[in-house]
Amino acid sequence: MSVIDAATAANNDNEKNDDAGQPGAFPSTRGGSSRGGSTVEKRRNLGIGSSVLLAVGAFVFLFPFYYMFIGSLQTAPDTSVAGAFPNPANLTGENYANINGSIDLLKGLVNSGIFTGGVILFTVVFGLLVGYALAQMHFRGKGFVFGMMLLVQMIPFQLLLIPLYVMIVRDYGLADSYIGMILPFAINSTAVFVFRQYFMQLPSTLFEAARIDGASELRILWQIAIPLVRPAIVTAILLTFIGPWNEFLWPFLVTKDSAIQPLAVSLANYISNVAATASNPFGAILAGACVLAAPAIALFIFFQRQFISTNIGSSVKG
Amino acid sequence: MSLRSSDGGPEAGSPAAGSPATGSVATGAPVGRTADQRLAPRKRKNLLGRQPLGLLFSAPYVIYVLAVLAYPLGYAVYISFHDFFFTAPRVKVDRPFVGLDNYITVLSDPAVQRSFANIGVFLVINVPLTVGLSLVLANALNRVTKLRTFFRVSYYVPYVTASVAVVGVWLFLFQQNGLVNALLGPLAPNPSWLTNSWLAMPTVALYVTWKQLGFFILLYLAALQNIPDELYESASVDGGNKWVQFWNITVPGVRSASVLVTLLATITGANLFTEPYLLTGGGGPDGASTSPVFLMYQKGILQGNPDVAAALGVVLVIGVLLIALIQKRLVGGKED
Repeated sequence: MSVIDAATAANNDNEKNDDAGQPGAFPSTRGGSSRGGSTVEKRRNLGIGSSVLLAVGAFVFLFPFYYMFIGSLQTAPDTSVAGAFPNPANLTGENYANINGSIDLLKGLVNSGIFTGGVILFTVVFGLLVGYALAQMHFRGKGFVFGMMLLVQMIPFQLLLIPLYVMIVRDYGLADSYIGMILPFAINSTAVFVFRQYFMQLPSTLFEAARIDGASELRILWQIAIPLVRPAIVTAILLTFIGPWNEFLWPFLVTKDSAIQPLAVSLANYISNVAATASNPFGAILAGACVLAAPAIALFIFFQRQFISTNIGSSVKG
Repeated sequence: MSLRSSDGGPEAGSPAAGSPATGSVATGAPVGRTADQRLAPRKRKNLLGRQPLGLLFSAPYVIYVLAVLAYPLGYAVYISFHDFFFTAPRVKVDRPFVGLDNYITVLSDPAVQRSFANIGVFLVINVPLTVGLSLVLANALNRVTKLRTFFRVSYYVPYVTASVAVVGVWLFLFQQNGLVNALLGPLAPNPSWLTNSWLAMPTVALYVTWKQLGFFILLYLAALQNIPDELYESASVDGGNKWVQFWNITVPGVRSASVLVTLLATITGANLFTEPYLLTGGGGPDGASTSPVFLMYQKGILQGNPDVAAALGVVLVIGVLLIALIQKRLVGGKED
């Protein structure tokens, strides 16, 4: 459903080579360290052009966020070039109070948290189970489950929009409920794929030995497999987090009651309906935007090691 | 943990004892010994496999996918071929088969045609820009040693942030008297970007490129790791400059990633909803930035014609598949 979902789906071809490549490599050892001395040489001759390019890129990507924050603190919106710099005479926290008066920011954050947390919980619990089964267990129908997991990631969400709305809102009466919001996203297939990839990299002899010792499968999963793939769990949680925290269309369709709306929906409603009547609409919008953006940005800066190309590459290696 | 001699023993002792089927039922996870497997590999394989518990582990996921994803997929096609309307829960009504009527309604609607043309404009701007910029930036990022983490994180910050949040600051930047126009001075377009029927869709395309680029840079970074350094070394020995290396080693080396990036950028474009809804106030000005998914929302849910909206969804998906096939031919080269 998200971009990343489809990414893994399109990767099926390379999948088998991946598995054969690293029979015993543990996930935690995969990183930049494997690059040889020639890499250093290659990196040394980074030209001026590339450095300028990277710097310009960073500016273009970061400036709107800086501007968002500055704008959220301005008493009166200053759209001149000087307005991009903090001006002590024009700084205020009033915008945050204003937006909080129109939409309950804390409640919005809690609703976003429940929505996102629910999706992550379902994904981790059921994703680990099926990921482990696909990687280290032999059972009838395994090929079917695996094929299904790959196919599911290619289902375009726009096709499901109408039938899901009919089913969840009209037939099951789950409008304005957390479960109605969570259901279409409940188990993220990309995360299942990531779990399976990491479990595949563990040596199967480890699990055979544990089975001979009489450990139950659940105990093997809990005491042996999961502790060995901790980095995969963080990566999968990060990947899963982006979807529901930022999702707008689906919760917008199923929630009409503002008491249950995630922050993205209540902020969007404010932008399209209420903003016109506010005294400093942009200040208030930007203040709400900062509150919505901050948790995601903080999370990804804190866990940036878990969100690097090698980790993502395990699921989307081109 | 000790050897389970009680239930593992008899089976392991004599490979022929116990039919395969009963073995699986009696012990939740049959114990497999490598020696036995070598002796009688076929007999160890019972009806449900060596670890039938795997079925139980997969069951929640399989049930979820069938009920919440696969069933609605079929339902969408069903709705699109019937005269379908919203009813109260558990009310049985007649939903007559109408053949291609909904599809004819969709395809002859000028608003729908306009929205597909808009998506065409979007893709023509967004896809080449995304592929080019993300490859160039990933290539530079792959070589840099200083501030590597800083660059990498700053590139994916827009990707991990909610569109609803960043739309706020883009509205602020691109409004009539916003910072962008202040910098452009006399060059500022009139009417401004998002209210100009020629510039609204290109601005949305630019916004989405900016928002998604960080993710595609990560994809390219992963692909770049697979290009052996020896290729660059021998190229520099042969006197090939960096430009030559980029075109003759990097670009062909990441071709499969380029196919993927093109495909994903196209899918993202086809899914466009939040941006026309918020950036241009519902696909304005005058339908210049309407997207098919926005029309699905408008026709299906606001106007109560889910059958027409479902047909629009099917048409959209078929369109994306066709474009994806063409792109795979163009970008993938002859190997495919």
